[in-house]
Amino acid sequence: MKTDWILTVEGVNKTFDGFKAISDLNFYLKRGELRVVIGPNGAGKSTFFDLITGRTKPDSGKIEFGKDTDLIGLNEYQINRLGVGRKFQTPSVYTDHTVWENLQLSLKGPRGVFATLFQRITPAQRTRIDELLEVIRLQAKRDWRAGALAHGEKQWLEIGMLLAQDPELLLVDEPAAGMTDDETHRTGELLISLAGKHSIVVVEHDMTFVKQIARDGELTVLHQGSVLCEGRFDAVQANPKVREVYLGRGK
Amino acid sequence: MQRTVLLSRGQWMVFGGITVTLGVVLPLLNVLLVPGHPLQVSDFTLNLYGKYLTLAVLALGVDLLWGYTGLLSLGQALFFSLGGYAMGMHLMLMIGKRGQYKSDLPDFMVFLGYPGLPAHWQPFYSFWFALAATLLVPAGVALLFGFFAFRSRIKGVYFSILTQALTYAAALLFFRNDFTFGGNNGLTDFKTVLGHELNDPGTRRTLYVLSVALLGGVFLLGRALTRSRFGQIQRAIRDSENRVLFSGYATAHYKLFIFALCAMITGLGGALYVCQVGIINPSEMMPDKSLEAIVWVAVGGRGTLVGPIVGALSVNALKSWATRAYPDLWLIVMGGLFILVVLFLPGGVVSVPGRVSAWWRRRQARRTAAGVAVAEKPVPAPGEKSAESASTP
Repeated sequence: MKTDWILTVEGVNKTFDGFKAISDLNFYLKRGELRVVIGPNGAGKSTFFDLITGRTKPDSGKIEFGKDTDLIGLNEYQINRLGVGRKFQTPSVYTDHTVWENLQLSLKGPRGVFATLFQRITPAQRTRIDELLEVIRLQAKRDWRAGALAHGEKQWLEIGMLLAQDPELLLVDEPAAGMTDDETHRTGELLISLAGKHSIVVVEHDMTFVKQIARDGELTVLHQGSVLCEGRFDAVQANPKVREVYLGRGK
Repeated sequence: MQRTVLLSRGQWMVFGGITVTLGVVLPLLNVLLVPGHPLQVSDFTLNLYGKYLTLAVLALGVDLLWGYTGLLSLGQALFFSLGGYAMGMHLMLMIGKRGQYKSDLPDFMVFLGYPGLPAHWQPFYSFWFALAATLLVPAGVALLFGFFAFRSRIKGVYFSILTQALTYAAALLFFRNDFTFGGNNGLTDFKTVLGHELNDPGTRRTLYVLSVALLGGVFLLGRALTRSRFGQIQRAIRDSENRVLFSGYATAHYKLFIFALCAMITGLGGALYVCQVGIINPSEMMPDKSLEAIVWVAVGGRGTLVGPIVGALSVNALKSWATRAYPDLWLIVMGGLFILVVLFLPGGVVSVPGRVSAWWRRRQARRTAAGVAVAEKPVPAPGEKSAESASTP
């Protein structure tokens, strides 16, 4: 009966200046699951991530990570250290650092000020960075300045930086934005390959991409700050409510 | 990916050469040659250079914050002045009975009718206490201010405005006679430091050499810091603070650390400045002093360690000349210089050699492409070019 939830969001509310961004939101994620979240603009997808990662505090409700780690009240870096990684919608990498350095700074390890004053890279970390470079297909550009990468490559680099942290839970905001079809497809394959080892929540607009990565898994539709429905891709697509608020209007 | 070295062999030679020239050759030219000899460095010149060097320390403090961390502090002169005041208090007490009023109390206290030495002045009889205070008072103020500013996530222009307000508020406070630091006259008429007469050329020479040493030391410290993992995170905060925060780094702690460290560095510079200039008053805390330091860094080249030094020395040399030759025009010249650099030379003076050689390479590449049909050397792609300049640890 008892399911191994990696993320439990229950009865969460958040109001910004009278605007109800999140209203009575319930969301459960199984360990190792890959869940796609869709919803029209303003449905509260970004706020949802903000709440989980500590950027904003909910007015009420419960947000738990793993068995019983309460995330409410913790700040961004504390939540990250627990094992929650977040990829932003617009790729945010360290533009003046090389690809290699971007990954190195993201590797799991001590994060304190004084630790970093004298820290040196270990051979194991080098190997790990090489592996990551292979996963995100940037071996050839390891010494490039990250700011000089193409948009899609930056997206990958950021995913690589997330993986370097080795988080249990990955929150990925529109990873395919600005990518070519081919890149989008490869990003999908990458995310699918990560599921199982990591638990992943992907927010996405591109329905072809959603279909690719959702496979037989569940899809969550957000609307006006709460869950409109959950289910398989086909079921969701056929749902008249969903068609009304989202698919019918957007596509 | 070899081990990080502080400086390469060539860089050590340049560093050593400049340090020896400034720290040994110039003082020797001062002491060995008779005044009037074409190569003689006068006492006045040496003292002036010493002052510039301490200002270069201030510039490094500004740049480690602005150029490397993205924190534009418009109040760095406050920490410089606090260091200066801490040392000034000691020097004030060392005047002893040689002041105008032949009293153990500093002159301004006699003049203002103080019954005795205020308690917080007592420990400054000790040179070492005063020296510690030149480090710890600026650090304390920076920690306190930084704690609240960074905790409240005050960033960008708001941080700049607040630091400017802070230094202005401090200046107003120090202008008051009842604040026990000499009001608008500040602290002056110093006689001795550690028993040495301050107007003795030998003492001045020593202070000058100490300034060279301090600047060299701060440069090496900055070099070590910016090449460490900490330095990488510093620049990452500058370029994408959110990414750093969401990667598990407490960015506020990093900013607080560098803010306090720079305050200490700057405070030491201020202490040596006051020893050589012989006066410290609240006008040194006025916002325009901090803004001048921003101009030095911008002109020299922010985000580099050589740039602020070049900028501080050259702009101040220009200032010394211009304020004598065209006293009314100096502010316009400085403002114009700043605008020119921002518009046409964002990398500052130190970026000129790189720009020239890049231009030369492009020219050569064009010629090769145009003249001979065989393309010998393709123009490097943007990524490759930056890979050369990027510091790979």
